[in-house]
Parts: sequence; C-alpha cells; structure tokens
Amino acid sequence: MKSELICITCPMGCRLSISGRPDEPIVEGNKCKRGIAYAKDELTNPIRMICSTVKISGGIHTIVPVKTDRAIPEKYKFQIMKLINGVEVQSPVEMGDVVLENVFDTGVNVVVTRNM
Amino acid sequence: MYDVVIIGAGVSGGTVARELSRYNLKVIVLEKETDVSCGTTKANSAIIHAGYDPEEHSLMARLNAEGNPMFDRICEELDVPFKRIGSLVVAYDEQQTAHIEALYQRGLNIGIEKMKILSREELRVREPNISPDAEGALLAETAGIIDPMLLTISLIENAVVNGCELKLNYTVTGITKEDGIFRITGEAEQDVEARYVVNAAGVYADVVHNMVAAPDFRILPRRGQYFVLDKSEGAVVNSVIFPCPDKGGKGILITPTVHGNILLGPSSDDLEDPDDLMTTAELLGKARMGVRKLIPSVTTRNSIRTFAGMRARPDTGDFIIREAPGTKGFFDLAGIKSPGLSAAPASALYLIGLMENSGLKLLEKEAFNPRVEWKLFLERSDEDQNKLLKENPLYGRIICRCESITEGDILDAIHRPVGARTLDGVKRRCRPGMGRCQGGFCGPKVQKILAREQDRPWEDIVLEKKHSYILTGRTK
Amino acid sequence: MKSKYDIIVIGGGPAGLAAAVEARENGINNILVLERDVELGGILQQCIHNGFGLFYFKEELTGPEYAQRFINKVNEGGIDIVLDTIVTSITVDKIVSIMNTEGKRDISAKSVILAMGCRERTRGSIAIPGDRPAGVFTAGTAQRYINIEGYMVGKSVVILGSGDIGMIMARRIVLEGGEVKAVVARSSFPKGLTRNVVQCLDHYDIPLLLSHNIVEIKGRERVERVVIAQTDEHKQVIPGTEKGYDCDTVLLSVGLIPENELSKLAGVDLDPKTGGPVVNESMETSVEGIFACGNVVHVHDLVDFVTEESRRAGRNAARYVNEEFNREGEYVSFSTSGGLTYAAPQRFRYSNLPDKLDVFMRVDKVYQDQFVILENEGRELARFKERHLTPGEMVKITAPKEIFTGCEGKVRISLVPRGDKT
Repeated sequence: MKSELICITCPMGCRLSISGRPDEPIVEGNKCKRGIAYAKDELTNPIRMICSTVKISGGIHTIVPVKTDRAIPEKYKFQIMKLINGVEVQSPVEMGDVVLENVFDTGVNVVVTRNM
Repeated sequence: MYDVVIIGAGVSGGTVARELSRYNLKVIVLEKETDVSCGTTKANSAIIHAGYDPEEHSLMARLNAEGNPMFDRICEELDVPFKRIGSLVVAYDEQQTAHIEALYQRGLNIGIEKMKILSREELRVREPNISPDAEGALLAETAGIIDPMLLTISLIENAVVNGCELKLNYTVTGITKEDGIFRITGEAEQDVEARYVVNAAGVYADVVHNMVAAPDFRILPRRGQYFVLDKSEGAVVNSVIFPCPDKGGKGILITPTVHGNILLGPSSDDLEDPDDLMTTAELLGKARMGVRKLIPSVTTRNSIRTFAGMRARPDTGDFIIREAPGTKGFFDLAGIKSPGLSAAPASALYLIGLMENSGLKLLEKEAFNPRVEWKLFLERSDEDQNKLLKENPLYGRIICRCESITEGDILDAIHRPVGARTLDGVKRRCRPGMGRCQGGFCGPKVQKILAREQDRPWEDIVLEKKHSYILTGRTK
Repeated sequence: MKSKYDIIVIGGGPAGLAAAVEARENGINNILVLERDVELGGILQQCIHNGFGLFYFKEELTGPEYAQRFINKVNEGGIDIVLDTIVTSITVDKIVSIMNTEGKRDISAKSVILAMGCRERTRGSIAIPGDRPAGVFTAGTAQRYINIEGYMVGKSVVILGSGDIGMIMARRIVLEGGEVKAVVARSSFPKGLTRNVVQCLDHYDIPLLLSHNIVEIKGRERVERVVIAQTDEHKQVIPGTEKGYDCDTVLLSVGLIPENELSKLAGVDLDPKTGGPVVNESMETSVEGIFACGNVVHVHDLVDFVTEESRRAGRNAARYVNEEFNREGEYVSFSTSGGLTYAAPQRFRYSNLPDKLDVFMRVDKVYQDQFVILENEGRELARFKERHLTPGEMVKITAPKEIFTGCEGKVRISLVPRGDKT
C-alpha cells in the first residue's frame, strides 16, 4: 500500500511517499533521515496532543483551558473529548493542575494550562 | 381602539408618529422587524438633498424643497448628527454642462436657494481630488448628510415618550374595514383596531394597500449596493458628489458620512423580490469603477463593509401620499424613494393635513416634549463626563475601540425608551461594530452586556432578524 | 498607578509583557503596563492549542502557558499593571492619556513601548458578495467565543483563508462536535504553517481547497449556504466552477492588520508595506524614545519571534532611559526586492548596532534553495542560505555587525536562486 504524508519535523514540509510494510516503510521524498522516523511513527503509532477547555466555577471566565500533558494515541482523540467535556473544576486552579488522570490507561493526564 | 395605526417604523412612519404625538391622539406603530429603522431607512445614501432634481410640480419637488430646511430644527431637537456639506453634480462635457445648467434652472423654478455653477477652477478648490476631466459642477449648498437610522430611532423614541405606542415583530397580514373602523390582523398577534391607518410599509406598501383598498399602484423594488470606506479615507471628498444624472437616476455618488466614513454607490438593480438584499461582485465592481470617474484616487482597499438597500420605487413616478380612493381613513405614504428621506418631515405634515381634512381631530397636547438626547460619553464636556462617571463608572470602560464607545453608552442604548434588543440595534444607536473591526472585538462584549442587562441567555441574542442567531449553544 | 514612569508599555499581550520584563532585567524598576482587557496575555489566552515556545523555550507550550510564564515574571516586581484600561492618546512628548472606570488621566513617561498587536481583516474589507446574515465570523472572534466564553458559533462551518488561526479553528470546531465542510483559500499554497495544514486539517480529514474562493454567502437571517468557485493564477474566479456548500457558519482567516491608530496620534511614521511603524535596529520608531514591537510592527507567525523582538525593544527602551543610546551617524535603510516583500527593522544606525542584528522578512511565494543576499552600492555584504521559503513563515537572518561597516544609503536585500552565478 502506498500513502502520502507531509513531514512536519521541520518547516521544509517534505512530501513523503510511503510504501512497503508499516514497521519497515520505504520512504521517498524526504530530504533528511528525520522524515523516515516521522513516517514510521505516523504509520505505526500516531499520537496527538489534545487541547480543549473544561468548565470552571468561581473564575474570571466560565471555562478554563486544558491539554493532555503528553500526546495520546490518535485513536482516542474523540473519546478523550467526551471525558474532558464532563469535567468541572472550582477556581482557583493553577497551570499544571491535573483534572483527569491516566486517561485510557495511557499514563497521560489532562492538565490545566493557566491560572484561574 | 386607536385613533391612528401606522404600519411601518421607518423614517416615514417615524416622522408621522412623532408629528401625531403632539396631539391628543391614541397612536400605535406596527413594525414587522425586531427593531425600528430596519428597511429602506437603514440602507440608503444618507443624504438630505437640496431639491433641484425632481420634476417640477411633482410632489417630490414640493416636499423635498419644503423638507430640506426643516432638518436643522429636527436634528437639533432630536440630537441627530446632520451636516450641510453641500452637493455637487459634476459635468464632463458640453452636453453635461448644459444638463447641469438645466438642473440649476429647475432648482430656481422650484425655489431652491444657495445654488451655483462652479467653474473648473472653483470645483478644484472645493474638491482637490476630483477627476481632471471634470469641466464644472452644480453646487447646492443646502444639501446635507445625516444618520437616517439614528434619526428614525430618535423620531420614534420621541413619539413613544410623548405617548405613542410601538409594537415590534408585528407583521400585518390583513386589514378589514367595518362601520368606519379598521381591524388590523397580525401574524400570531392580537388584532389592532383604529379609525385611521397610515400605510408607511416601504417596499410592501402596495401589498398593505391592497389588503383593504382598490389596487392602483405598484412598488417596483430597485436595489442599491454600496461600499463603506474606513475613516482613514474620510478626507478624499468634502461634499456629496454626483455624476451628471441619466435615465437610471442620480447615478453612482461618493459622499462623506456624518460619522466620518466614505460611502460610495449605489448600483441600480431592478428586482422582483423586495427582500433580495444580496450584494453582487459585478455590480459592486461597477459602483467602484463608476466612482473612479469622479474621484480617480479612490480605492476600495479600505472598504469596511458592503451593503445593499431597496428603493421603494412607485410605478407612478411620484410619491403616493393621499387618502386611498374609495377607502376613507386609509392613507398611503408610499413610493417613498429618493428624495424620500429629505422630504420626510414635509411629507408627514402634508399627510397629516390630508388626515385632518378627512376628519382627524388635532388637539395639541399641553406637555409635548420635543427633545431627545443622544450624546455619547466621549462627546460630552469634561464636567458632564466627571458627573456621569460618578453615577456609573462603566462610562469609563471602552467596549468599542474603533468608535470609542463605552459600556455606559451601550447601557443607555439598551435602557432607552425604545431600547436595543439586538446586536445591530445597539450598533445603530451608539455605533459599536460600525468601525473598522466590524464588531470583531466588541461583538462578544456587546452580546454579553445585552444578555446581562436583559437577563437572557447569550444564545437568545440575535444579530437583527428574529432567526439571525449568533451562537448555537454552550461548548460544555 | 503613579503619574510618572520611566517606561510605559501599551498592551499586555506577549509583546508588551516580554518588553516590560526585559526592560526590568536591564535595570528599570519604574514600568507601567496598560492593558485594555481584564487580564494579561492578550490573544494568547484564546490560543489554547499547543505549538508555542519551540524556539524560545525549546518546549511545546499552549498559548495560555506561554503567557503564564511571562505573567509570572511580570509579577516579580518593578512593573505596575493596570488592566481594563484604554489608551486614548499618546503625544510626541510621551504623555499617555488613559481612561478606565476610575476616569480619565494623563501619565507621563520617559519612554513608551507600543505593543497593541493587530486586528483581523473582515468580510467588509474583502467585500464577499451575497446576503449579510448572522454566522459570519472572523476566526479570532470565533476563537474567543469558543475558547474564552464557552459558546459554539455553529454546527457546520466553511472557513475562508488558509491562515493559521483559520486552520486551528477548524480542528477546534471538529473536536467540539462541529463539522468543517472545507477550508477554502484563494492562493495556490497554504498561507499558514505547514504543520498546521497537517495537524489541524489532514489529521481531521478536513478538505483544503486551494485556488478557490467564496463567491457568495446565502441566507437572509443565518448563513444557509456558500458558493465556492475555483480561481486562476491571478486569483480571479473561473466562471462555471461554482459549487454550493450547505453550512450555517463562515469563518474568515483572511489576514491581520497591525493596529496603529495610537501610533498615528503620536506622529509615528508607518511603513505602507508592513502597516506598522518604521523601526530601527533598536525597535525605536521615528519618534525618539517611542519603541514598538510584536504584531503592531509587522504580523508575525510565531510568538517566539515576537518575544525576541520585544526583548530587543525593552532592552533598548531601558538603554534610552539610561541615556546609553548612540545616535552618531546617518541611518542606513533596508530595501527589499526579488521576492522579498519587506524587512523589519527598516533601518539602522551603525553606531548603535548590537553585535548581531536580526532582520525579519517575508517572501511573496514559495521558493526552494535560495540565497538571501545583502548588498550596498553594488558590494555584496553577506549571503544567507535558505532551503525553503514560504509566505506563511517569516524569514529571519542574523547579520553580524561588522558586515555593515562603511555602509551608506540603502542596503538592498534580495533573493537569488542557489546555483545561479551573481
């Protein structure tokens, strides 16, 4: 199977053309070695940072921004939004406060990204 | 039972309402939109014409000539910005020079004062950016610019303060007459009964007329598209500048607005649907090119908005202001295309005269208050500002930075006798969103203030029309 | 708040905060930051996505986190913060007039730093034809509604413009349960960062329609539909390619404009190419002692560069207050050509140059394998190798002071393809 990816490791944005097995892909179009690593990760274990907001009471606004403290597997990107949408915190909170722990057993936490 | 029901809260209905509120009469204004001043009144060239242009002996000529001088007093009483900056009709060749001379003569015949034919040189002193091809111009010094929306809001507010009633969101669907009494039926609204009806329904005046009177005129909608330019372009012209008129009307003009922007347009698009207010790339492009013939340096790069308005053009060629033949007590104030705004105060008096002849009793009220005040915080004296700030510190918080409008100004717009309930309603009363960011920064803030002051959820606040919702719900 | 300060910073966004902190680090302890919003951080507070700080902090932060780091530093002392306050004018003599709920007052400063940021281009400025219903938002306004106020702006969305905020909002809307029908761009290449095309659009299967434009918005009360058509190489619509998309919302990400109404009041000269003040090597404007930094000078794509530039402004405002400024010699100006659309700063005095001068530029289209060449009166001063240049990503060169020795008049900066002999 052949697939196309744009490498975002650097601003060059090389257009990668990938064939072969996912764990040992044949990558073309990359201008450096990082393109191969990028393609391999994207094909075998794509991960994403998720940023959103959660409800807060008693703060300057009614919602406060949060993020996953590390990237989570891509397959959870919509499921985690459901969890995030259920969270409600009380002001004050500080940048880094954990609002969801070890989501989907990935070891990833959801943390607040500002003081409020 | 009302003495008079006025259908339509535009400048025509508004002027009549205010004039009638001087008398001991029970009057109600019915308006189908969520606010007053939402039809033709909100989207036109915002000019008070001098009055040399209409056909001699027409109602348009008479009422424009009579209406123009009334604006100084009305605008002073109602605190509406109005500037007599003068208008120019520019000629490029001999034929057009002959035409402006004919216009000048027509103006003299009608009785228009302070007109003059300007030479090439005189024109350039007055308008340095005018096209080098311009040979001369007809100057009419009494022409002016105005804020027609604020004028209308002010007229109706003044009428309401003096006892007139206003019903918004009332779409008239039927009128019957029995035993000399008119019964107005509204879409899902209570009926309204009255002895006299004033039909000031703008582009729908023929429809309303035909509900109860014999059809004898039609409104032929004609759309006009405009650009509004940023205040940074505000000095490009000093007067209202028209090309030499042709069959299509007064042509594409350029004018400063009373708030310091530049307006250019309108196109002239004949349509079937009176509600089709779309702008089109082609006709906006023509308007842009048209104005370049007058002022070659003008660009629309600093455009902040484009819009379209609908002229309520009568098929009779003149204003239709009369008691409907065969339907005593039903008065048309119809076909109010240009110079309808300029003529409005005179048209109202003319109409009320006809109503009096038809039996309407005009007994003056003792306590008519002609005054409305509209000062924005930053337009006030230092002394007034300090006083207001002590009363309410929110006068010190700027919400709209493009137009320097404070939260106090917005509270006033909301809590006035005819207060704003929509984002556009606030904008038309005190201008947040009229500036170069077009509400990008202040829109959410104005929405928040409206929701708070009227104790409504954010999602209930609309832009203007009933279903023009802004938000679809909370994210969380 | 005192009536006299050494430095007044107008704007408490990333530029203003970095400038204030840097001025303090350079020995000024009498600084005022004026902010119109009710909190510090500026637009960063609504940019809740990550991707900030890769250059400056060498880690990936969200907008609020990036802001919080500077807010924490500002709060370490020496800097007065006044929120919810608008500046109504600035004079050449550095009298700053302000207004807030406590009233109006004038404050004087030895030096002023302009950091007011920018605003978005609107539907009116690009004159999209059609109806004028509710549901047309600039991307930044939608971002405020969704990320600060907690309200959704619509259920199915078409986005015009491939700027960064538009793409980032596309992903946000999808994550919050909305649908993005397409991101439409007039140009043949994305205007924003490549990583945003991938992370915000590709990863969420949002179509990017390059060389397309919205030619009509339909809907008398709320948006109901847009008509999209293809555009040719001159960005003109190709007739017959029109296609309707049902949607209830249109977001516009069609450019940013530096906000310089106050700068004009202060008599600061503006550069028509950037829309911002003409600045020198120290980020000083044409008015002595008035500095400017961040998006008010030219629109940046990375906040990291805003921070760098703003530190330069803050450091030099401190030098100005401490009377360490050197004004010997004439200005030398940069002039750009050959694919480069502007350079900031626009000019420098050799006597006042630091050891290394960062110059920011933008290109008009995508280029591969170029040299950025600096010349003065036919003499090449330096050349910088660039592999990949795109309008969405600012070009930055760091020029050692000594290359400018003996320069007079104009330094020409241009692009030359690598491989060409020049």
